Amino acid sequence: MSAARLPRDLHPVAWWLWALGLAAVGSLTLNPLLLMTVIGVAVVTVTLRRGDHPWSRAFRIYVWLAVVIVVLRVLFRVLLGGGYGGTVILRLPEIPLPDVVLGIQLLGDVTAENVLGGFYDGLRLATLVLCVGAANALANPKRLLKSVPPALYEIGTVLVVAVTVVPQLADSARRVRAAQRLRPGPTGRVRSLRRFLVPILEDALERSLSLAAGMDVRGYGRSGDVPARQRLRTGALMVLGLMGVAVGTYAVLDTTAPRWLALPMLLGGLGVAVLGMLSAGRAVVRTRYRPDRWRAAEIAVVASGLGAAVLGWWVSTYQPVVAYPELLSVPQLSLTGLAAGLLGLVAAFAAPPPVLATGGPPAAFLVREREGAAA
Amino acid sequence: MIELRNISLTYAGPDDRPRRVLDAVDLTLEEGDLVLVAGRTGVGKSTLLGVLSGLVPRFTGGALTGRVLADGADITQTPPRERTGLVGYVGQDPAAGFVTDTVEEELAYGMEQLGLEPATMRRRVEETLDLLGVADLRDRDLRTLSGGQQQRVAIGSVLAMHPRYLVLDEPTSALDPTAAEEVLATLTRLVHDVGLGVVLAEHRLERVVPFADRMVLLAGGGAVREGHPADVLRDAEPDQPAPPIVELGRLAGWDPLPLTVREARRRARDLSVTPPEPAAPAPSTGRAVAAEVRGLTLARGPRVVLRDVDLTLPAGRVTALMGRNGAGKSTLLWALQGASPGTRHGGSLRVVGVDGPVDPTDLPRDDRWRRVGLVPQTAADLLYLETVAEECEAADGGAGAPAGTCAGLLDAMVTGIEADQHPRDLSEGQRLALVLAIVLTAGPDLLLLDEPTRGLDYAAKRVLAGIIGDQTAAGRAVLVATHDVEFVAGVADAVVVLAEGEVVSDGPVRRVLAESPSFAPQVTKVLGPGWLHVDEVARALAGAGR
Repeated sequence: MSAARLPRDLHPVAWWLWALGLAAVGSLTLNPLLLMTVIGVAVVTVTLRRGDHPWSRAFRIYVWLAVVIVVLRVLFRVLLGGGYGGTVILRLPEIPLPDVVLGIQLLGDVTAENVLGGFYDGLRLATLVLCVGAANALANPKRLLKSVPPALYEIGTVLVVAVTVVPQLADSARRVRAAQRLRPGPTGRVRSLRRFLVPILEDALERSLSLAAGMDVRGYGRSGDVPARQRLRTGALMVLGLMGVAVGTYAVLDTTAPRWLALPMLLGGLGVAVLGMLSAGRAVVRTRYRPDRWRAAEIAVVASGLGAAVLGWWVSTYQPVVAYPELLSVPQLSLTGLAAGLLGLVAAFAAPPPVLATGGPPAAFLVREREGAAA
Repeated sequence: MIELRNISLTYAGPDDRPRRVLDAVDLTLEEGDLVLVAGRTGVGKSTLLGVLSGLVPRFTGGALTGRVLADGADITQTPPRERTGLVGYVGQDPAAGFVTDTVEEELAYGMEQLGLEPATMRRRVEETLDLLGVADLRDRDLRTLSGGQQQRVAIGSVLAMHPRYLVLDEPTSALDPTAAEEVLATLTRLVHDVGLGVVLAEHRLERVVPFADRMVLLAGGGAVREGHPADVLRDAEPDQPAPPIVELGRLAGWDPLPLTVREARRRARDLSVTPPEPAAPAPSTGRAVAAEVRGLTLARGPRVVLRDVDLTLPAGRVTALMGRNGAGKSTLLWALQGASPGTRHGGSLRVVGVDGPVDPTDLPRDDRWRRVGLVPQTAADLLYLETVAEECEAADGGAGAPAGTCAGLLDAMVTGIEADQHPRDLSEGQRLALVLAIVLTAGPDLLLLDEPTRGLDYAAKRVLAGIIGDQTAAGRAVLVATHDVEFVAGVADAVVVLAEGEVVSDGPVRRVLAESPSFAPQVTKVLGPGWLHVDEVARALAGAGR
């Protein structure tokens, strides 16, 4: 086995870009075959390459969410979508509604177009949800937040702490609920809410104080020796850049604005903002321990995701029959379309297996040694 | 060298009366010493450590006067984050101070803040992993570690920043005896090999005194005694905390006082006392059984938490439940209370009350406190109102007890609690008494206590032992899960030891404690099996003198 295939954690940004690529393919088509292919690729990759951390186990929740979305879509079409004609496959009694809600029909004839349209639409949404879920299961959200540029470090820290606090809050809620059942006390609805909330809030406050103390004694927020002049320069660059971005975005969206205000302004603003970030980043004294590095595997994963997105875009532009099939005909899949769906699977094999938190099996020679000792 | 010069700290107490915690304390700390800070609860041990780390008064409020000098330079106003090269601080609950989620990242976090070179960081992380013996845990999620492992990782995370002093607040209070020994051995090694100065506060002196080079005794009212532990303990008033071995030495009139079991054993050779008669053989046959567990097996997912546990709790007796962190003690208590802390795979639970035996799991969920009283590890979770009086009224109302029942119980347990005090302002021991009073208001037949001695000083533990004695006298069965060997020796009738969810040892306290080297109390270690606590020796000596 070459060194590149040994277990290690892939750069979280690589997984996210890959997942966004898959999501792009999904959002550019209504072809159920293509959507199913994308879903299959996401599920296979997650199964092969996720670790055993809590966030990896959360993928199941996304799967359930996706199923619920598809079922709800179809159900709503059946409930409300009648009255537009088409091939009737089931006749249900129509529930009469007052004239105020004109245009809405409750139940009534169920048409194949309706059901299929709802199914395709739901499938597309489910694909997007599963792609995000896959990224979440494959990449450590905390490491992703840590990959932000140094200038955004403070925001990253706030997000990391917020991510940590949620499971802790759930723990403390469970503990307090159990503890309050141990004592006699009032049982009214409002009063029991108080019994429950007060200890949790106290606990949360105490936790945040000890976390703040823990971060402070470990040197968080040390003032680097940044001269006032540089601080001023950084601030000015950031403000100017953000203003440029705001004006540029407005001009891009509002077609009546002068054209020189649109793209040039947006790009100029972005450029200035990046300069500001670089300037801020230079003033930061912090360093990163074992930063995630970009290697061949990362590039392959990103390339497979983005490649799939490009193919998906090509299909939706030049093969509209494949991307948006007729509702009543059997959907077709072109070779390019299939390639767009399957290209993402490259990531599952390009990425190395993850490092497991629980540790792998013991080394073979250790087992032998132990057996020898036992004998 | 860190010097405290004339340090005083005043909080605004209730009614705007200033409350002085530290009063003109002068102290000099040298590098390469392990300094133990001792004293009764509320005397300002944690505050003193906070002054060293800079967290007091920044995170606690209060007015600090006096000066803190590091090698002569005044650092009184320096915030903790700028003191990292001087002082590393580990708080009472190390898990609450963790910032990241794996061991390796936690060790690196402080160095990232200091802006060290990645190569330096990598080297120091490896060194720290080895120094603390946690190298095999490097990728583990911090929340899955045991208490002792968490404590060692927390020590490592400040150690990696290479401070000259390590300041620890009760580093072993939550640990079982073996894990505590490991942490203390690690600290001793740091003092000896690295030349670090270690300052730690601790209630369980019996654990720390043998390792301490110097001892600082905060005697209250601003009095500070400092010196070699033997000298400080010899001169201390009898109401100041002292480990059993020292009390034994004082009784026998040994000078200098022995601090380790080995020293004491040598001195004890010429102490001629006969061990007390073993208590009259179990009159438990005639006693009613308050609770019975037979073959209980509980699992959480694929993990078996309790396996085939048999336990009998006789009425009017105290049973102690001991074992490692994570051995299933708390799970067993919650199971006895009726809350199912896992899936039951067979076995039976019975709690016997006035109206016959019943499986507590079958009782209505919000009503089990009538039969079984449980005080959980974080007892404060039961409290939610603003004053002690309101808490007591709520308990009376909820239990349908006559008004004043709970307050009466509380008064009988401890004195000095004002009815209009906020429960959070009470001392650790007073708060425990309040929770106990609330739980006992319902008059349960079975009382379960989970780690009740955490954060209690010797005096508070004596009060707790008294309360437990009153409960058994009233015919209740008491089960105490604890790591505190000396407390068990003083209060329990029988001991059950759990390991990996199975009962490995079960019997009268004298036999079980003497059998195990890690659970034996100090007096047993010195005088041999047959002895449990100092009071027995005192009685024997008095008898011999007569």
